[in-house]
Amino acid sequence: MSADNPHPIMQSSRLSTLQAAYVIARRDFLAILFSRAFLFFLLGPLFPIIVGGLAGGIGSKVQQGTASTEIAVAMNSADTAAMIVTSKTLREELGGYIPAMVPLAEDLSDVSPKDILQEQRAGYAAIVSGTRAEPVITAPQSQIDRWRGPVGLVSATSLETSPSQFPEIGADVVATSGADVKRSRVQTAQAAQMLLFLLTMLLGGMVLSNLVEEKGNKIIEVLAAAIPMDAVFLGKLFAMLGVSFVGIAVWGLTGTLIFFGAGYETATFAAPAVGWPVFFGLGIVYFAMGYLILGSLFLAIGSMAATVREVQTLSMPVTMLQLLVFFFASYAMSAPGTKMELAAAIVPFSSPFAMIARAAQSAELWPHLLALAWQAVCVAILIKAGATLFRRRVMKSGPQGAKSSKRRSKLSLRRKDKSQIATHY
Amino acid sequence: MDIPLSDLHNENNSVATGDVDQTPMPDTRPLAIEARGLVKQFEGTRAVDGVDISVPQGAIYGILGPNGAGKTTTLRMLLGIIDPDEGVRRVFGHDNPHQIAKLIGYLPEERGLYPSMKADEAIAFMGALRGLPLDEGRKRGRELLEKHDLGHAADRQIRQLSKGMAQTVQLLGTLVHRPKLVVLDEPFSGLDAINQGKLERMIRALAEDGTTVIFSTHVIHHAERLCEGVAIIAGGKVPYAGSVEAARDRIPAQVRLETRAADGKWRSALPEDARREGDFWYFSLPESGIETLLRALIEGEAGILSLSIERAGLHDAFVHIAGEAAARALEADIAAEAAR
Repeated sequence: MSADNPHPIMQSSRLSTLQAAYVIARRDFLAILFSRAFLFFLLGPLFPIIVGGLAGGIGSKVQQGTASTEIAVAMNSADTAAMIVTSKTLREELGGYIPAMVPLAEDLSDVSPKDILQEQRAGYAAIVSGTRAEPVITAPQSQIDRWRGPVGLVSATSLETSPSQFPEIGADVVATSGADVKRSRVQTAQAAQMLLFLLTMLLGGMVLSNLVEEKGNKIIEVLAAAIPMDAVFLGKLFAMLGVSFVGIAVWGLTGTLIFFGAGYETATFAAPAVGWPVFFGLGIVYFAMGYLILGSLFLAIGSMAATVREVQTLSMPVTMLQLLVFFFASYAMSAPGTKMELAAAIVPFSSPFAMIARAAQSAELWPHLLALAWQAVCVAILIKAGATLFRRRVMKSGPQGAKSSKRRSKLSLRRKDKSQIATHY
Repeated sequence: MDIPLSDLHNENNSVATGDVDQTPMPDTRPLAIEARGLVKQFEGTRAVDGVDISVPQGAIYGILGPNGAGKTTTLRMLLGIIDPDEGVRRVFGHDNPHQIAKLIGYLPEERGLYPSMKADEAIAFMGALRGLPLDEGRKRGRELLEKHDLGHAADRQIRQLSKGMAQTVQLLGTLVHRPKLVVLDEPFSGLDAINQGKLERMIRALAEDGTTVIFSTHVIHHAERLCEGVAIIAGGKVPYAGSVEAARDRIPAQVRLETRAADGKWRSALPEDARREGDFWYFSLPESGIETLLRALIEGEAGILSLSIERAGLHDAFVHIAGEAAARALEADIAAEAAR
């Protein structure tokens, strides 16, 4: 329009792509966050974690229960008392290696040890009879093998034929050796890759269902008329990214509480080469990149599908491909500094996985800056390409518009009729 | 490419292209919409085939045609939702309608709202898409809902509203940012007679405020009652675009004559294609006019018992312009909608 004399009607324009994307992202983020479906989505992964934690706790308790064996002592009263006192003393030093010893129940004093155990008249793991000088263990073979040594030690100690005082042993703890560091960092890298993969796959699928819902609501045309399709695409992706971060925060917090609650320590995994804080920061950024790359691909797929079933069918090859990419990145991790690792870092779909593994194994930071810049470019290209495809596919024809060529052929017949009607008039 | 609005007045813009009949509209208002030779193909089939339309600002303009004729595709091209394969379109002088999205309101044929959104939020969201701040959108949304007797529904989710109420909410969302151009795709579809009447009043009120309204329909009566201009579209082509009056004038007025005399000299005053049905003669009014006809009948001693002249309606014009088959398709669409 004329810049010198703009018509008043022209002074208004439109939202910028980012402003429009914000409108979409805000709506989607809030709508998903406060939906019941999201609550279940959030709780879904927590159930196995909580159930696993509880099962682990119960299992551990059960294991402890079954492992807390008692050995009954059926000697004369002096020997029995000496054995029990000695076992207590030794247990303070040697812990679970020494069995807990108790006097045989009085009501069983007339029953032979063999009968007590065979008839299961008491829950003893074994019964020690005889004398301290010549103890006899009555028990199944496995229990005899297990307790022969400790019972002998208790007997010998009580007879003072074994050292009753143990020397104090100094400790010089070494966390791990050089070879172990490398191996442990590989484990850290593997764990990070796996976590990143699971999160991107789990949350990437949400974009798909969101888009299908949008199509079902038939609001897509309202959006397409008002704002650029790039903005719709961008808004949806970032809304889901925000939702993903909420999910990760909840799952992460719960997982951390369970992790530490279960008695694990951070030392379970070797510290990554770049250090934990940088590693976590890179993890978040690589997740975002991986998610955006996969999400834009899923959105493009979503634009081609009309139903949830179609989406599932279309997304299956991508999921398989992503799995292959993950295996590729995992394999490349084992060969740092090779062309294989470089290729994994360059291919946009495997790049985030390859680079998070690298962060665990190598302290250099500049490759990450380079990789992030490259991934950002790839995200931009994929979003643009996805939005273009999306626009073409979503608005391909009118609700009645391009019904079928059959319909059009009828219309062309009508046009032929027209000349006849015109003659009549 | 943007062009100055001053160049977009409606004085000499209705040049016929190909076989399209562009009847000039008698005003010099600047154009809200100008489209020339729009073509859109889907999988090798021309859904829209050389559409020319000129809509002056402040007009109510109808795009009239049966389902599948290319109305929705034409509107989508005008709005920039899809790009034409050929031709140019300008909305308020802009080649890219997205550049002036804040000035446009659009109600698509397939109504769509987020089911979990509250009515006032839905209106505000649609306004936000066109640049209206959310708070202002909510405020205006509540006002509009009150004005249209839906104040009680402001806090209700869309899924809790009836279909008619949800349609009204979407229409209000289309208008909340006070657009200068309102595009409605089959707006009367799915509405009962009362709500159709309300919508007609709303469209007239918009035009009185200077808003340009363009809507597609397959119901001729809506176009005839509301529009000053129409584009008749069939098979992706626009055989006529111009004023409703000019379209009606395409067909001579119909004369119904009842005479005492069965035959006589007066019969030579009737056109050759005059037909007799019962006691009446039916024929098109001769180009010489009513006075000449009357004189010939009286002098020929016809003994006129009754004579009526009926001006052709838009339906007749549609049949004349688009063909009887297209008219039958229109009627079939209406019957199908009524059955739904």
